Amino acid sequence: MSGKAFFIDTTLCIGCRGCQIACKQWNQLPATKTKNVGSYQNPQDLSFYTYKLIRFQEHLGPDGKPVWYFFPDQCRHCVEPPCKETADEMVPGGIIIDSQTGAVLYTDKLKKANAKDIIEACPFNIPRAQKGTGYLAKCTMCFERVYNGLLPACVKTCPTGAMNFGDRDKMVELAKARFQEAKAKYPNATLTGIEDLRVFYLLADKPEKYYTFAKAEPMPKAMDRKMAMRKIGRSLKELAREWQAINKLVS
Amino acid sequence: MTNHWIDIRNSDCILIMGSNAAENHPISFKWVTEAMKRGAKLISVDPRFTRSSSKADIYASLRSGTDIAFLGGMIKYILQNNKYFKEYVANYTNACFIVADSYDFHDGLFSGYDPATHKYDKSKWAFVKNEKGIPKKDPTLQHPRCVFQLLKKHYSRYDLETVSSITGTPKEDLLKVYEAYSATGQKGKAGTIMYAMGWTQHTVGVQNIRTMAIIQLLLGNIGVAGGGVNALRGESNVQGSTDHCILFHILPGYLKTPKASQSTLAPYNKKYTPKTNDPLSANWWGNYPKYSVSLLKSFWGDRATPANDFGYSWLPKLDDGKTYTWLDLFDAMYRGEFTGFFAWGQNPAASGANSNKTRKALTRLDWMVNVNIFPNETGWFWKGPGMNPKEIKTEVFFLPCAVSVEKEGSITNSGRWMQWRYKAAEPPGDARADGDIMIDLFKKIRWFYKKDIKQGKKAVFPEPILNLKWGYTTRGRYDPHKVAKEINGYFQKDVTVKGKHFKKGDLVPSFAYLQADGSTSSGNWLYCNSYTNKGNMAARRKREKSGIGLNLEWAWCWPVNRRILYNRASVDMYGNPWDKEHPVIKWDPTAKGGKGGWVGDVPDGGWPPMLKPDGTLNPKTKYPFIMKPEGHGRIFGPGRADGPFPEHYEPLECPVEKNLLSSQLVNPVIPKYSTDMDIYRTCDPRYPIVATTYRVSEHWQTGVMTRWQPWLLEAQPQLFVEMSQELAQMKGIKNGEKVIVESARGQLKAVALVTRRFRPFKVQGNVIHQVGLPWHYGWVYPKDGGDSANLLTPSTGDPNTRIPETKAFMVNIRKI
Repeated sequence: MSGKAFFIDTTLCIGCRGCQIACKQWNQLPATKTKNVGSYQNPQDLSFYTYKLIRFQEHLGPDGKPVWYFFPDQCRHCVEPPCKETADEMVPGGIIIDSQTGAVLYTDKLKKANAKDIIEACPFNIPRAQKGTGYLAKCTMCFERVYNGLLPACVKTCPTGAMNFGDRDKMVELAKARFQEAKAKYPNATLTGIEDLRVFYLLADKPEKYYTFAKAEPMPKAMDRKMAMRKIGRSLKELAREWQAINKLVS
Repeated sequence: MTNHWIDIRNSDCILIMGSNAAENHPISFKWVTEAMKRGAKLISVDPRFTRSSSKADIYASLRSGTDIAFLGGMIKYILQNNKYFKEYVANYTNACFIVADSYDFHDGLFSGYDPATHKYDKSKWAFVKNEKGIPKKDPTLQHPRCVFQLLKKHYSRYDLETVSSITGTPKEDLLKVYEAYSATGQKGKAGTIMYAMGWTQHTVGVQNIRTMAIIQLLLGNIGVAGGGVNALRGESNVQGSTDHCILFHILPGYLKTPKASQSTLAPYNKKYTPKTNDPLSANWWGNYPKYSVSLLKSFWGDRATPANDFGYSWLPKLDDGKTYTWLDLFDAMYRGEFTGFFAWGQNPAASGANSNKTRKALTRLDWMVNVNIFPNETGWFWKGPGMNPKEIKTEVFFLPCAVSVEKEGSITNSGRWMQWRYKAAEPPGDARADGDIMIDLFKKIRWFYKKDIKQGKKAVFPEPILNLKWGYTTRGRYDPHKVAKEINGYFQKDVTVKGKHFKKGDLVPSFAYLQADGSTSSGNWLYCNSYTNKGNMAARRKREKSGIGLNLEWAWCWPVNRRILYNRASVDMYGNPWDKEHPVIKWDPTAKGGKGGWVGDVPDGGWPPMLKPDGTLNPKTKYPFIMKPEGHGRIFGPGRADGPFPEHYEPLECPVEKNLLSSQLVNPVIPKYSTDMDIYRTCDPRYPIVATTYRVSEHWQTGVMTRWQPWLLEAQPQLFVEMSQELAQMKGIKNGEKVIVESARGQLKAVALVTRRFRPFKVQGNVIHQVGLPWHYGWVYPKDGGDSANLLTPSTGDPNTRIPETKAFMVNIRKI
């Protein structure tokens, strides 16, 4: 599998949000109005104007001391993206895959598609629509930078080496090597995405400790891959909605 | 920093205490991460679990203001368990010095304390000298009055039980930290400390750093790669501004500001030129007159002559015994003692401790000039909360200025690297570079003096203004190269120094060539060597390909491009590095045609190693700690206002009635102010919660530069107060709701951030809660952002520096 990929080593991420700001700067995205709701995380979610977001999670560790996890959330640039599959049914060319990098890119044609379907197709809850216009937006892999020999803005700005980018096979290699190293320190360490995505996360703990959509559910073997991805996207979202509803009832 | 940023990667154990490097110095984590990949341990000690703690191998919490107790326990552990580096301690530190019988310590007080003046007579803390006037030593460290034994005795009281009860740190966590850090006492291992305002902004600020310096000396961590005592400076150029004397007590290059009683140059120079009778001590400050006279020549050029003391009488003098620090200035302003004020590149209405007092003080001025890049709480104070513009007489002038990328010049980073930067864009609108504003200001001031004289009026003390050498412009504009060259210094006449011939107007190649006879000038002796006939050293950009990261040809570093200070302590007595893997310098006997020489970093003086290959003393050698007259690293530090050994005292506002280590609750020489707005409350049931202030990654200082930046404001939009779940439950506070935080001096509305990352402390058997707030916000912008956390902080500070105690004070919180 050629093309490019990100390897995001969250065990090195210090949550400084340099990547989040660099993304806004390069893409000239406006700031959204936010409030502090009792967390460092802000904005609260991805939006048409926020392609990249550090999600903050606190837990108590096994030794009774706090752990603080940072999850740089962004489009995973699936090798076979369910959003494209969905778009193709409605507007061919609405979502394209860049042949050299593998970047999954949304075009203006996508305006004609049903945004809700595209969003629901994503197993990672990434695409966001612009209010009023129906345009969809998300991370572009900074493909125009990559074409000019530059690193994506978020990778360029990362001070610790948590954000990595390069040829996909090299990133797979790096991810596997770091995963082996990390397991000694973090027994629950998880590596996601190396089979079918272009964004791999090394997590120090189980994915659910980071974020609901840190990882898609493993796929049943018998089912068609693409269909499965789409289904999972939907079911995960439903699950999340149910969970939210239950929470509301409880509180 | 004794070392520098990149050098952190060479460390075997990194202690982040009194700082929060991941959030406030994120770039440093590049090097922390590299060290950890090599197997280094990371320790985070902080009242609150921070983004730095999230990456640490060991996290220990402590109550704000108890660092000396925590570290004093580490000193005891190191001594008790023989973790110290014996060869280093015996040879390079003053552990072997014998202390005079007049030194004593009893129940929290050192000898020489005068309860009437709240001051110590430091002469009681002297070393015993032999008949030649050289400090007596016991290299076996057994003499009952040697520093080593006194140190042992002093910290014998800092047992785990007591320390834990003071700090609130569980005993097992103390032990984990002590064990991991003291492992760097092994030969070839290095531990480093990354500290910042979490250590300095206390009534024991200087002694916090002293305690760590003692630990570093005991473990042999000074001078070596991956070691040192490393202050992470709070602004990109705060190191540079300190070097160039932003503080009242110093002139450029840490020369002393003269006092009124030092009426001529000779007694001034004599007072600050230390003497030694020890032929093995380099006593570098013995060169003081060369540096002071070169500075005067830089100020007044040809007008400075031997006949007029090189213009010494034109220097402003301090009243003897009086301090003029930040706290003192705003206290004097509040009391109406002066009426005009330049607030240049600063925002005291939000940044100073006890901001309500500062804001009130500004109303007592006749005029204020505010130079800044955005509207701020200082320039706009007259329409702030509680102010009635009609009643305020202060006339405010706002001058918009250029930001760093709109002007050329140098900045000096925490690692003492002077790096040249270029102008990327023109400043917008009427904004101008600071240098241009100053040039015009001075031109006008001089014009007024000249006009008065021309008109036959009596000009008051015109000499310093009229005689000032002022050649810093090119085509009428400020020229940073001319200033940089002036800082480096020129030869004032044709002269031969050290066998080399120089012409008048040549740039001085290094401070070793500066003279006390007026033949050289230098605006800052420490920077002499930065801009020479070879060019602008700060503009060099050659990266190191291999080695320990010194990057000797990247930019320039004071002094004389030495990247690691005291590096002659990184080698053994024969000049071989303790750490073979990360050698800073090494003695090469074959260098210089067989005469021998140092390779690696610029050594702290080129003298040969202490011992000859046959094991006998080399009479040509010098001790490695060249800035002290005794040449040895100071474990016993007799120069500080509050004692030669650090001692734990509670913050001026604290939650306990007893200091478990003595009956002296707070630092006995603490500065206090006495206006109606200087209120201090300790153990007051109305303010039962410990509070501290800090910064976040997303904002900078009072936020003037960052609150106006929409992306940063989006990420951290509002003032918050972090608290434990236990405290929130007790107060009935829900996460995310607005609450009131109040101290004896002011109150604030803040968003409650209820978190597991703050935990209650068990102190002296009681549960003590702590909260923390960032101080980046202000009422000017954004409207719902909140105000400055410094409305809460007390106007007291360290007795040596008078840095305010904004890291430990008492508050209450309540629901709105």
